[in-house]
Amino acid sequence: MGTRNPVTWLGSPKFPDAARTALANTQLRSNLRKATGTIRGRRAAAVDEMPDWEDLRLAGEALKDEVLANLDVYLERLEKSVTERGGVVHWARDAAEANEIVLRLVRETGSDEVVKVKSMATAEIGLNEALEAGGVTAIETDLAELIVQLGNDRPSHILVPAIHRNRSEIREIFRREMPDVPEGLTDEPRDLAEAARAHLRRKFLSAKVAVSGANFAVADTGSIVVLESEGNGRMCLTLPETLITVMGIEKLVPTWSDLEVFLQLLPRSSTAERMNPYTSVWTGVTPGDGPQAFHLVLLDNGRTSTLADEVGRQALRCIRCSACLNVCPVYERTGGESYGSVYPGPIGAILTPQLVDDPHDKQAASLPFASSLCGACYEVCPVRINIPEVLTHLRARSVTARGRSPESIAMAAAAWVFSSPSRYERAQKLATFAKLISRNGRITRLPGPGAAWTSSRDAPVPAKQSFRAWWKENRG
Amino acid sequence: MADARTEVLARIRKALGDRPSPVVVPREYHRTGPGSLDLFAERVADYRATVHQVAPDGLVDLITSLLAGRRIVAPADLPPDWLVDQVTWLTDSPPLTVEDLDGSDGVLTGCAVAIADTGTIVLDAGVAQGRRVLTLLPDYHLCVVRASQVAATVPEALARLDAVRPLTFISGPSATSDIELSRVEGVHGPRTLEVVILRD
Ligand code: SF4
Repeated sequence: MGTRNPVTWLGSPKFPDAARTALANTQLRSNLRKATGTIRGRRAAAVDEMPDWEDLRLAGEALKDEVLANLDVYLERLEKSVTERGGVVHWARDAAEANEIVLRLVRETGSDEVVKVKSMATAEIGLNEALEAGGVTAIETDLAELIVQLGNDRPSHILVPAIHRNRSEIREIFRREMPDVPEGLTDEPRDLAEAARAHLRRKFLSAKVAVSGANFAVADTGSIVVLESEGNGRMCLTLPETLITVMGIEKLVPTWSDLEVFLQLLPRSSTAERMNPYTSVWTGVTPGDGPQAFHLVLLDNGRTSTLADEVGRQALRCIRCSACLNVCPVYERTGGESYGSVYPGPIGAILTPQLVDDPHDKQAASLPFASSLCGACYEVCPVRINIPEVLTHLRARSVTARGRSPESIAMAAAAWVFSSPSRYERAQKLATFAKLISRNGRITRLPGPGAAWTSSRDAPVPAKQSFRAWWKENRG
Repeated sequence: MADARTEVLARIRKALGDRPSPVVVPREYHRTGPGSLDLFAERVADYRATVHQVAPDGLVDLITSLLAGRRIVAPADLPPDWLVDQVTWLTDSPPLTVEDLDGSDGVLTGCAVAIADTGTIVLDAGVAQGRRVLTLLPDYHLCVVRASQVAATVPEALARLDAVRPLTFISGPSATSDIELSRVEGVHGPRTLEVVILRD
């Protein structure tokens, strides 16, 4: 391989530094607190309605473990069933290879535009940027992805990438970036949704190629499953002539009836609904109905190295519901972008470093320290991933790999701060103070010893120094 | 260099050097349930879809009252008695274009299966349902569900379905939770869903 895994964003600061900046952003914190607070309550109600919830979780955990224990067998089975029904299966070792395959397939259709339905796998590999570089425009059609794309922003949540934006911010982004924005657009969610509908309608009707991810693939039958809410997924999966699906190799379930477990676990855990508005299932190509060319790209990109770790491999059970983000006290305060990856929150803290699989990547190695080990994530996880166990395991692994470097001490300090609410509060106050003396994240005047230096030039917020000061004050 | 397929499979086999022991899947969860037509009606309504319940002899009048004066898409094999007068029917034979569908007032279909627990209807492109796009582009969907098609639970429903048909599970009108995580009805799919439960 040798190339960098785009699952983390180039140039992202280590978690403690990024978190400190985010803590100072009160708008972000209040948007997040509001959204996650709402969804937590609703999820609890949706789960309480199910007397057999714990049994479903046990079954979900076991089914995913079964798939992982025989992943080679199930993948070959899936390949065979998809091929028999008229689909074409491709394999990709890493992000670059997957991007290359998709770009080639799009070019073969002669189209220079694709419509996309939200997919974590394609976000993970940086597909949009790769297509753009190859002269193909990728149009995100999911409302939250559209908000992120138009706002030139980064996703901050698995399910709702624009969760850090409130309604009035969204209206501003639409007003600024949508060429056909309706006059007098209000910040009523209904109005905003209507604007997105009108904006994308023509794109859907003329699209020749769509790119999707997959929530599940049934090894036995070759059926691919996508859950969504808006109908943009159905548009992408139904209207174009060519459909390209990029899917992590761990997304399998053995048989069709096994899906009965996950179709109950996922909607209640993610959007707190009994069922999401639309779930599409397709198998290869159906003559006269939907795309007549179907390509399935099976993506490794660090999954096999994750699989090799006996403790860490449980992260591959993840069905990307985002329940662990919504209950996480650290995520609620720092937001998703601090994690520097498309996978934020507790799942990101254990999945991202494993996918990156590079002990010298300091940013990725800092992520397992982004937790107070409170255990709320484990309690809500529909496939019972013991996130605290994996966090502790990865922390030990990172310290073994790199010794007691200044970074590992700093990260241990971060972990120590996150593990106490009062320390947390103090750290937040300190972050607010740092904000007071900085403009646009740059410090124009430092008190004390830094003063002479900053008087001649703007200094970027000095990550290590102030972190040490923070550490000293809280520790001392 | 080996091809990607060979290499990924080899990596998996190497990673599973400890080949974890076979997993026994505990299946204590409920496969069946009491699910009733009333529960189904209630759960569909929870999604802010409109629900009607009729006896078979009331169906034609109900369809007429709901659709009169409108241009409605019909799958080619819709039961003939559903094709009531006073409606301009756009029949999908020969296949309608996306412009035809986009310009219609709505669509009338049956379904394959419904799920009481979750208030879901499932289309499988079978009898009285047509191609997937027919229920996607029109802004209004009227769906007739026969009592015998209602399964109590998700497991019961999946057991009745054929996985290799193109399937669409529909739970309420198109919606989004993307703005402050609250559900708002009406994005790209039909913004209005009406369900008729036909009591056998
Ligand atoms: S780790 Fe569990 S709770 Fe978190 S997103 Fe994955 S499945 Fe959901």
